[in-house]
Amino acid sequence: MPDQTPDRSVLLDHVSIRFGNFTAVDNANLKINSGEFFSFLGPSGCGKTTMLRCISGFSEPTEGKVLIGGKDMAGVGPNKRPTALIFQHLALFPLMSVAENIAFPLEVRGVSKKERRKKADELLDMIALPGIGDKKVSELSGGQKQRVAIARALAVEPDILLLDEPLSALDLKLRQHMRTELRAIQKQVGVTFIYITHDQGEALTMSDRVAVMSRGVIEQVGEPDRIYNRPRSAFVASFVGENNALQGVIKGQSGDLAALETPMGTFEARVGGGRKYKAGDEALLFVRPEQLIPGASENAFPATLTRQEFEGATNHVFAKAGDTELRISMVNAGLAGSLPGQGESLSLGFQPMNATILPVGHMASES
Amino acid sequence: MNRHTLFGGAYALAFFSFLFGPLVIMATTAFNSSRFPRVAPWECFTTGWFGELFGNARLMEGLMNSVIIGVGVVALAVPIGLAGALALSELPAKLRSMLYTVLILPILIPGVVLGISTIVLWGQITRGTGAGFLYNGYFLTIVGQITFVSAYAMLVFIARLQRFDATQTEAALDLGATPGQAFRKILLPFMAPAIGSAAFITLLASFENYNTTVFTVLSESTFTTALASKVRHGTDPSLSALAVIIITLTLVGALTNEAYQRRKEAESGGRASRSPLYANPVTRALTHPGIVFAILVTVIGGISYAGSQYDSSVCEAAVLQEKLDRQEELRAEQRARIEAQEAEQQSTLPKSNSAFGGAFGGLGGGTPAPEAPAAPKPESPSAFGGAFGGITAPKPEE
Ligand SMILES: Nc1ncnc2c1ncn2[C@@H]1O[C@H](COP(=O)(O)OP(=O)(O)O)[C@@H](O)[C@H]1O
Ligand SMILES: [Mg+2]
Repeated sequence: MPDQTPDRSVLLDHVSIRFGNFTAVDNANLKINSGEFFSFLGPSGCGKTTMLRCISGFSEPTEGKVLIGGKDMAGVGPNKRPTALIFQHLALFPLMSVAENIAFPLEVRGVSKKERRKKADELLDMIALPGIGDKKVSELSGGQKQRVAIARALAVEPDILLLDEPLSALDLKLRQHMRTELRAIQKQVGVTFIYITHDQGEALTMSDRVAVMSRGVIEQVGEPDRIYNRPRSAFVASFVGENNALQGVIKGQSGDLAALETPMGTFEARVGGGRKYKAGDEALLFVRPEQLIPGASENAFPATLTRQEFEGATNHVFAKAGDTELRISMVNAGLAGSLPGQGESLSLGFQPMNATILPVGHMASES
Repeated sequence: MNRHTLFGGAYALAFFSFLFGPLVIMATTAFNSSRFPRVAPWECFTTGWFGELFGNARLMEGLMNSVIIGVGVVALAVPIGLAGALALSELPAKLRSMLYTVLILPILIPGVVLGISTIVLWGQITRGTGAGFLYNGYFLTIVGQITFVSAYAMLVFIARLQRFDATQTEAALDLGATPGQAFRKILLPFMAPAIGSAAFITLLASFENYNTTVFTVLSESTFTTALASKVRHGTDPSLSALAVIIITLTLVGALTNEAYQRRKEAESGGRASRSPLYANPVTRALTHPGIVFAILVTVIGGISYAGSQYDSSVCEAAVLQEKLDRQEELRAEQRARIEAQEAEQQSTLPKSNSAFGGAFGGLGGGTPAPEAPAAPKPESPSAFGGAFGGITAPKPEE
């Protein structure tokens, strides 16, 4: 049985893509496994679309190779690759009906009209939109268009489905619904999904693995929880989720833990990426808002509350320690609990294992 | 407010009379039997000028030539224009604006220059290569007109292409289409309306062109050049009849197009179900552009047939008789006066010529002709012509 499933992996072998002097993708080197839901996550302009167009065959890498299913794709055009791309704005054909859109890949392969219609109806059933085959594309809602675009891409029977921020045009509710839906479709068809997004929520909830990109460089590849809990660079720590950053100087390191001297005091925390520091090295300490706990004994320091934002289940509390503004997430304890008032002093602390020390580098807002 | 609408109304009226007044007058003259196109005095209602128009062999031959040339120009200029527009859209911006200027240049060059240079160029080519059979009015006019007509077509296509989403073609390629399939199944259907407009515009441009054609057509003639040479020899109401035909064709086209556009808009806007016009099956069918066109064609065909059966010869004969009578009357008066003068001359001293001339000029129906009656001969042809011209037409040749 196992030799019947095709190899649906993608290997980016030291791929660089340049436009003149500008490097849009810088030495990307990773393997996407067969049947995986893999996301590229990064801010707008970091080179995600460029990377995707290179995999789908619209451009060739300036350096390096793209291998799909173990085969070198150099010189193979987009219509010859086992990939299907869902464009950022879907690119449905407005002059064709929904069924004609979905059956387009079959039409260009010379499949008979009857056969095409049958396949289109099957795919419409799969995306839970039976009976809309004769509608015009303009008559569909945003979510329906989305699903039709997916059905059309799947009609190619691709090994790899590439999705370029496909949910960005939808409203919040629909976006969340479509996340679940996309994941379900991927499980059903077993095709490798390569998903591009600048929305970390999408990347973390749907993906088997995520690659975080910044300025054309892949900063980190890993499972969502590892990306969140064990960032390997200042950019990943600041881009994925909320984070508080404290700058300081290393005082010493013992194994996984190091001590960092900051204007607010000296703190102990886990060293990110298994790096080794010398005393006197500049470094950043990242601690997430939900890891700052009032009254904790480890790494304790005094702070003053400045303001709060109420958001239901969690409250965002802002505190000042020295010159640094800190963000704290507190679970709403309901009427039984009590929140500290504005201007109050309190003691905050965090566990060394739940904070990360990383080398100084560019952060998300500066990207 | 009221004064505004009053002023607006007056302005609109003035504007439309300015625009359409000449057309209305001209169309009316097509039905007046007077040999000179005019509305007043109205002689007889006639449809004869249409017959005269269709009977003009030179015009009809020119029309045939225009159709042949027009079809040739459309068949070549539309693909050339499309290819030019597509090529431009593929180029980097800098090169594009440069090439754009070059391609647009033929529109800016005077047609006369294009015409003459076409003859000179192709004269040399055909003589040099021995392809002398190409040196004829049809071929030269087609290539001469294409030089600038294809630029018109290209402008139409550029405008449409600017609204094309290039990712559509990419999507087609990605879904497995070959570049040829992507072109035929995606880009070409998108361009279809522009291809229709371009074909229409190029046909019109070819048809109505004079400046270039008058040179390149050599010894042949197109409808436009034949018309121009006819007008040079004086106009008659058969040209008004032509105007009526052209106006009618334009109206039919415009009305059918309007019906088509409104229907499309109502359907795409979802208003089709709400508008009572489109909800009622009878009116819905009646406003279908095909039906509108058929009705118009039927009505016009009926009117044309009725018109062709109409005989104005009785009325015209009566008018002619009236004219002859008037003429006879004038001649009689003239004769009587001359006789009286002669009698007077014999009895008294001869009078000055100028007094005679003044009296005679008054007879001519207001045409001041101080010189003409100087000849004292009673049957002088100039005197006769002046009198006759006042009744019929001031055109000496007709
Ligand atoms: N054809 C091109 N020529 C020059 N620069 C390009 C081209 N395509 C993309 N870029 C540049 O490459 C960078 C990455 O673009 P893109 O991959 O579209 O980003 P993303 O999809 O992550 O938002 C951008 O700075 C963009 O300006
Ligand atoms: Mg993008």
